Formats: sequence, structure tokens, C-alpha cells
Amino acid sequence: MTRPKHVEVRDLRLAYGTKEVIHGITFDIHRHEILGVIGPAQSGKTSLLRCLNRTIDFTPEAHVSGIVKVDGEEVRRTRDVYGLRRKIGMVAPLPVGLPISIYDNVAFAPRCAGMSRKADLDAIVEQCLRQAALWEEVKDRLSSLGTKLSGGQQQRLTIARALSHQPEILCLDEFSIAIDPVTTMRIEDVLKELRSHMTVILVTNLTQQARRLADRTMFLWNGDIIELDSNAVIFSDTPKDRRTHDYVNGIFG
Amino acid sequence: MKPDTPALFTETALVRRKYRQETVAKWVFFVMAAAMIIPLLLIVGYLMVKAAPSLTLGFLLDVPVRGMTEGGIWPAFVGTIYLVFISLAISAPIGILAAVYLNEYARDNWFNRVINLAVINLAGVPSIVHALFGLGAFVYAARFGYSILSASLTLAIMTLPVIVASTREALASVPRSFREACWNVGATRWQTIRAVVLPNSISGILTGVILQVSRAAGETAPIMFTGAVFYKAIEKGDLFAYGLHEQCMALSMHLYTISTQVPGVKESIPYATAVVLLGSVLLVNAAAIALRVYMRSRTKW
Repeated sequence: MTRPKHVEVRDLRLAYGTKEVIHGITFDIHRHEILGVIGPAQSGKTSLLRCLNRTIDFTPEAHVSGIVKVDGEEVRRTRDVYGLRRKIGMVAPLPVGLPISIYDNVAFAPRCAGMSRKADLDAIVEQCLRQAALWEEVKDRLSSLGTKLSGGQQQRLTIARALSHQPEILCLDEFSIAIDPVTTMRIEDVLKELRSHMTVILVTNLTQQARRLADRTMFLWNGDIIELDSNAVIFSDTPKDRRTHDYVNGIFG
Repeated sequence: MKPDTPALFTETALVRRKYRQETVAKWVFFVMAAAMIIPLLLIVGYLMVKAAPSLTLGFLLDVPVRGMTEGGIWPAFVGTIYLVFISLAISAPIGILAAVYLNEYARDNWFNRVINLAVINLAGVPSIVHALFGLGAFVYAARFGYSILSASLTLAIMTLPVIVASTREALASVPRSFREACWNVGATRWQTIRAVVLPNSISGILTGVILQVSRAAGETAPIMFTGAVFYKAIEKGDLFAYGLHEQCMALSMHLYTISTQVPGVKESIPYATAVVLLGSVLLVNAAAIALRVYMRSRTKW
């Protein structure tokens, strides 16, 4: 099965100061797949995402080498880093409702991109809030502050914001650690719908979540890819690497 | 329960000692904190009692008469207002914008470290040194002469580093996660600053600026060397008495002259002058606190 590559990573290395945290990893992400990324803390999952949309630039002591291509364009050579970031939706582990109105939270990215017509913005706000399964709860109070929402609502607002610049790739970084199981399931349903027209990178501590949602799963450990394969292999009794089996089954220390 | 294990909440000697120490510690700290009120009450009380005979609205609005031994303080009051407003009108924009650069844009390189070092050291320069600098730079080199302009510029340089520091503190209190959320959706730094950082730090920034009012109003040395004058005749109650290139009177300087340089001043007048100076400063500080409380009540996270 050869599918078009959406993201290509070649020998990516990342060091914070002198401490290397990603040791030259190489992999592809196919268009419109959900790629699960699992691995214990400190294995470089979040850093990997930050290399994709180049928010790693905001960490002065970070040194990146290797090649990351999104849509065939090398991200470290791109002329329009803001355009690159709009192409990639990013959802952080902890919900961040910006201290502006719910409407402005979602309309912020389109406005930054230069959109100003009220009708266009209205349409995007409604569409994104619907996609994030939040519209019904907030449609009557769009002008109240994003920070006044509950944690689960704020996380869905974060997702709506990540969708608001109509990204081709959606990165979710442990999106469920701060929210309740019911909300988690609702968002997982949302992801299943998004996969038809979006590539999703799902970084998660919950191996079962990757098993439920992902097409393929990557096991990242201490900055190396231990194994990357379809879920059928990763979550079988006989993955290629013994450590994958141990980690997935909770034996790994 | 076994008989030899003590019940969970029995009062042992150790527990009693712990409570005693806790009580002592709390009271020591409380007394020290409460002692802060005493000097302020003493100063204000003493001044009010001494100043009572002169404290009328007429005292504020009148001009000094009979060689400054009688009359009011209007020229000095207006002069101080001029100096404070002009100096802050210069230092606040520069200081705030510089702080935004240092906090939001500056990378950790040698040049920005030099800027940081400059800010810290500028804050430590004694006011008399600022005065000499102002005299050399503005009065002579820039040929502004002894004037409100020279004095205000000198005060501006004096207040600048503190405004930079307080503004940076206000900016740093906005959580980094807000900025990252903006960067993640493709916002530039400026878009982030305008939409999220400034609206949420503006109360802290303004408070920092307003608190510099009291410093600018109280300093004597910088203005004595650069633009404040012993006596200047202006109309009673005239708010637009001075031009930028003229010298002016100022409350702090006036207080010094009538207390030490002029013989035969009515005894309550210096005290009343001090009350006006202190009262104006406290009023401005109260406004700053009120502003902060008001903005805090609208806190958004």
C-alpha cells in the first residue's frame, strides 16, 4: 500500500543545548491517515510536533538538523513560516482558552491571516465550533470569555481554534489528559469524522486511544523510533520489537 | 487498636511545642507588618497638626507674597504638575515600548544583555548624578537652557529604567501558554502582543507608570540643577502659566527654599506645602490602586 506522503521526516535530530533529545529519526506520514504516537514521557513526542510547525524556533537553545517536509516543502527553508503554521493545527495538552471572547478565539487565526468580512468569519466560527462538538453549548454566548468555559469545553475550543485556519494536518498532543472521559469520547468521534479530509497526528499517553483511533502507530522511546507499523501489527501479540509489546501491554518500566 | 499505640489526635509534648512555635512566629511577623503603618500615621498626623492653620483652598490657589513668607503655593503646584506630566509623557512611551521589545522579541545575545545591564545600572544611578547629567546634556549641550524641558527630560531619564522594569514584570505575568496558542495558529509576534499580551498586562503597566508620578514629583536635585527656580511670578489660579522654555517653581524645591533659605516664613506654611505634596502623591497612588482593583475585577483568566 503506497499512499501519497504528507509529511516526510529524514534523519531529524533535535538538541536542547548539548542534550540531544531526538536522535535522527526517519519516517513518513501519509495523507489522510491518523498516526498515533506513543511513548513514555521525555521520549521527544512534543518536541517532534514543535519541529513540524517550527514553534521550536521559540526555544532559543534548540538545535535542529535533518529534513522535515510538509507537502514536499522543506519547513526549515520555507519563506512563509506563518503559512506553514496555518497548514498545521496544533492542540496542546492543557486547554488554553485565550482571554478573549469565544468568537474571537476562533476568529483570531483567520483574522491574523487577513480575513475581515464578518459573514466569512461567522461562517468559519460556526463551522469550527460544530466540528469541535462545542457549538450547541456556546452558540448563545459567543461573546463571553473563552477562559470562563469549563476545562473540557476549553479543550474543544482549543480544537476549534486549531481547525479555524483550515489546516491540512491536525496535531493533538495528549489532548485528553485534562478532560473527562465523556468529553474525550466526543472528541474521538470528532477525529473519526475529520480523518476523511485531514491528516491527524495523535500523540497520546493512552495506548488504547492510539489503538482505537490510529491507522498506524509509532512507538517513540528516548528520541528513537522503536517501531512504526499499522495498528494490526503494533497491537498484535507479536510486534517486531519486543519492547513495543511490553510497552503496549504495560509491562515496560 | 493496640493499647500501646497512642490515639491519632492526642496532644503530645511535641504537638504542644509545635503550636506554641506557630503562635510565636505568627505574632512576630504580624507585629513587624503592622509596624509599617506607624511611620506613615506619625508623618501624616504630625504634618496635619503643624499645617492646620494654613490648610485652606486659598493656600493652594494663591501665589506667595511678601518675599514668600506668606500667601500660597500655586506656582509651585502648577510647576510640579508640568514637570510630572511632561517627563512621564516622554518616559512612559519609550519605556513601555522598550520593555515590550526586551520581553517579547529580544533573544538572549550579547547586545540584549548589554541593554538589560544598562537598564539595571540606570536604575541605580543616584538622582544627583542624573541632575549633573541633565545640566550638561540638556541645559548646555542641547541648549535648552534652564527650562521645564530640560528638567522634564532629566526626570524622564530618571524614571525610564523603573518603567521598563515594571512593564517587563507586567508583561511576564501573562502566561506563556497564551502566546504559544497564538503562535500555533500562525500569528506573528506583533499580532500576539496586540491581541493577547497587551490587553492583559495594561493594568500592571499603567500602575507602574503612575507610581513613577510620586518619584518625579518628589525629586528635588534633578530639577534644581536644570529648571526649577526659587521664585517665579504667575497669576493666581492660572493653569497655563509656564512655557516649555521657561523655568518654573516646583513643590519639592519650594519646600526646600522656604524651610531653609527664606527667613521669617510663617511657621505653618512649610508644613502645609509638605501636606500638599504628600497629599497629591498619595492621591495619585490611590488612583493607581483603584485602577488596578478595577482592572483586576475584569480579569479574564
